Amino acid sequence: MDTDQLIRSLAADNAHRAPRVGAVLTMALLVVAPLSILIFATFLGVRADVMSAMRNPFFDMKFAVTLSLAIPAIIVSLHLSRPEALLRGWGWLLLLPVGLLAVAIGSEAMMAPAMPMTMRLVGKNSRVCLVAIPAMALPLLAGALFGLRHGAPSRPALAGALAGLVSAGLAATLYASHCTDDSPLFVATWYTLATALVTAIGAAVGSKVLRY
Amino acid sequence: MRGREDEWTGLMRSAMAGDDAAYHRLLRAVTPVLRAAARRGLARAGQPPDQAEDIVQEILLAVHLKRHTWDSEAPFAPWLFAIGRNKLIDALRRRGRRVFVNIDDFAETLPGEAPQETASAGEVAAQLGTLPQRQRDVLQSIAVEAASIKDTAAKLSMSEGAVRVALHRGLAALTTKLRDH
Repeated sequence: MDTDQLIRSLAADNAHRAPRVGAVLTMALLVVAPLSILIFATFLGVRADVMSAMRNPFFDMKFAVTLSLAIPAIIVSLHLSRPEALLRGWGWLLLLPVGLLAVAIGSEAMMAPAMPMTMRLVGKNSRVCLVAIPAMALPLLAGALFGLRHGAPSRPALAGALAGLVSAGLAATLYASHCTDDSPLFVATWYTLATALVTAIGAAVGSKVLRY
Repeated sequence: MRGREDEWTGLMRSAMAGDDAAYHRLLRAVTPVLRAAARRGLARAGQPPDQAEDIVQEILLAVHLKRHTWDSEAPFAPWLFAIGRNKLIDALRRRGRRVFVNIDDFAETLPGEAPQETASAGEVAAQLGTLPQRQRDVLQSIAVEAASIKDTAAKLSMSEGAVRVALHRGLAALTTKLRDH
């Protein structure tokens, strides 16, 4: 087929309209979210003392941190789904949760410690955290990658890493309502490790499946 | 250069608004520029320029299938050239080349040096043969025989809707096969 003929067939297909990447990503995440919620409801559940925990600013802070990861990651991943897009000028959005955590750790350090630091750092749930966040993130990661496949990222591994951050941020939001460790030190250590794991998986898979 | 790129952006806006003729004109206008850039990229990698047409066709297919990622408020050329670079890099990698694509291979192309001929490429033609019969018939009719969707529907005893679906699926399948082969 010569190029003029190919162009003719492309022009004939101009009426075909694809949805925007954001719409496909949203749909894909909504479709897989019940799976992650099912994992949460079956194995974890909301912590028993949630009503009193909500009066603890460090409990609330966990959600601020996880959502300040998930929402900017969605925004940046959509930006990067355009072929000409650069991370420059957008990457700072991903530092929001880091900044929040730093502030939280600082304020906790200024308070009279309720527990020794090693106790706050290691907590009671570090192993559960490392398993639960990736487990709940995996369905969301698959959904995010499916949605981003609709885009045209020039750096598939980077886009995949962002899909990892999206799914880890959402999974960590669920997990935060289960976990009784509220110290920002715990969050900074174990949530970060779990997120790094999911992000690495996202980058590895993304480098294969997000090529267009 | 500026004028040319503004014209492209205008054509693409019309195309996205449903003007098939504007879309056809746009694709024809960008093709010589893509071809020149692909040749230059191949030359830089020490590859014969006769593979340029395969790369041009891959770029055109990607442009078509990813045009929903173009922001109609943004200029068209940077978006187009980003896809062009991506496809050129992919093509060179597949040929086992270490890739040094000059990011200006696309942006620098001057209109004067762009050869105007149409050329056939082996890869799309080869992958065409692997498509399901229906899609192949529809593509053959519309691309090669220059039949309209309506005439193709009558000739193949299909509804126009079915022709449109087969055409789009055929183009999408071609793109996937070219990327993964």
